[in-house]
Amino acid sequence: MAATASPQVLAAPRLEPRVRTDPALVRWTLIVVGGVFLGLFLFLPLAAVFANALERGWGTYLAALKEPEAASAIRLTLLTSAIAVCLNVVFGVAAAWAIAKFDFLGKNLLITLIDIPFSVSPVISGMIFVLLFGAQGLFGGWLASRDLKIIFAVPGLVLATTFVTFPFVARELIPVMQALGSEEEEAAVTLGAGGWKTFFRITLPNIKWGLLYGIILCNARAMGEFGAVSVVSGHIRGLTNTMPLYIEILYNDYQFVSAFAIASLLTLLALLTLVAKSLVEWKTERQLAPQDSVREEGS
Amino acid sequence: MAGLTMILTLKKRSVLPGFGLALGWTLFYLCLMVLIPLSTLFIKSASMSWTQFWGAVTSPRALASYRLSFGASFVAALINAVFGLLVAWILVRYRFPFRRLVDGLVDLPFALPTAVAGIVLTTLYSQNGWAGSRLAKLGVKVAYTPLGVMVALTFIGLPFVVRSIQPVLQDLDIGIEEAAHSLGANLWQTFRRVLLPELLPAWITGSTLAFARALGEYGSVVFIAGNMPLRTEITPLLIMTKLDQFDYAGASAIALVFLVVSFGLLLLVNLMQRRRSSFPVLG
Repeated sequence: MAATASPQVLAAPRLEPRVRTDPALVRWTLIVVGGVFLGLFLFLPLAAVFANALERGWGTYLAALKEPEAASAIRLTLLTSAIAVCLNVVFGVAAAWAIAKFDFLGKNLLITLIDIPFSVSPVISGMIFVLLFGAQGLFGGWLASRDLKIIFAVPGLVLATTFVTFPFVARELIPVMQALGSEEEEAAVTLGAGGWKTFFRITLPNIKWGLLYGIILCNARAMGEFGAVSVVSGHIRGLTNTMPLYIEILYNDYQFVSAFAIASLLTLLALLTLVAKSLVEWKTERQLAPQDSVREEGS
Repeated sequence: MAGLTMILTLKKRSVLPGFGLALGWTLFYLCLMVLIPLSTLFIKSASMSWTQFWGAVTSPRALASYRLSFGASFVAALINAVFGLLVAWILVRYRFPFRRLVDGLVDLPFALPTAVAGIVLTTLYSQNGWAGSRLAKLGVKVAYTPLGVMVALTFIGLPFVVRSIQPVLQDLDIGIEEAAHSLGANLWQTFRRVLLPELLPAWITGSTLAFARALGEYGSVVFIAGNMPLRTEITPLLIMTKLDQFDYAGASAIALVFLVVSFGLLLLVNLMQRRRSSFPVLG
């Protein structure tokens, strides 16, 4: 397809509409119908989060966020996400390096296996760790005899979150590294650079936007994970409640404003993720089509 | 001699270092985090007798939950198929105010935590919610009914169809449309006979992805569903309830069946995508 596209099409920004358009009546009918659908299913919920959070004014909103249980929920969410993201970044980079730079038997199988957590329901994702480490689980007796707690404690939350966000960084990096090819790294190696040096000086700067986006996506998913952590957490207030679990508790207690206050924080995170996505897409387009745009300032 | 060596190696020779380390860590971490935990599901299910397994999987409560989960997910995927195509169409082909903003926001259901989606949709569609009160005047009850489940699942699946179709629509060669137009085809004919076949693979892929996602969904549905057994209980919730009651065996049985179906769908999507790429694309 790239071979037949004219230079103008390559240089145009992604959303450039066609020159010849359908008749105005068709156009505007479709736009209105689409607008109503999106308004109902997208904008309405988005607005409702903030409307409900601020229903009793800024004072109540900020007070809800300063509650000690809220603070511990926020801290716990940040901690679990940080660990999950770090683990999955190391994995993602290793997997992308192996898959994008080398050809080996079973590569497609590996890619399919990496995608597995995507197709597992969140509840099942949490459940398998209960089956492993729960009181009646495979390792339950062993853990109990050493007084180690994984389920109904923070390690369980970390495991469940890591499982759920397992593929994000790898999936983001693999196409990026494949698109970039191996020429630069091979040149570096033939010039005498070692493996780590090649990676840090050549590969990392090239993939930094894809990596950043993968981290942002992984983090957003980790902080928002609900089903899996719900299964492993035991809902122990102040101890094993992440922000989504805390929202559930508040909501079921009819403390709607507080629930929506915490929810608004997560919604802001989601919006930030979307902004970051647009930015990264814009940057990678510029990076992969340097002949049509001004060269990056040597960054 | 060199040929024989090539056949005997499992990996093509490369000058780049780090293969062993990267692949080794990848496989180790994969086994530790994914494969071993998932295997417990099979191990637990295998510990049951066949009658026990079958009984758990086909209990009336389980069957009712499958009906709800699969049925609502199917309807939601259908709604998203129709409107997703429409949204992708207007985003790619037309110009209107705030188009880029809308395009960015399409991913919101993907980025928003499911618990947030759950409480906001429930609040909106409950009897005294903004949308729920208006619908109540028309005699339609959404919250705590299967209809509410469908609304939540439609929200969740929204980005999948749109994002699957958008790239294909974008890369369509305007030449074939203009050729059809110059040969006398009207708008509908051009759409149905020229464009739709091009979009069909991506359309089906996107809809299947939306369906698969809706099937396993828990957070956004569990608030609005009402969760009454045999009536508004989705399968993931049934699994959760069984875990709470320490019926690990029953939960594993149902989870296994569910997992197999989800994997089947994923494989189907992969197969469809591979078939599509093996055919030459017009333009």
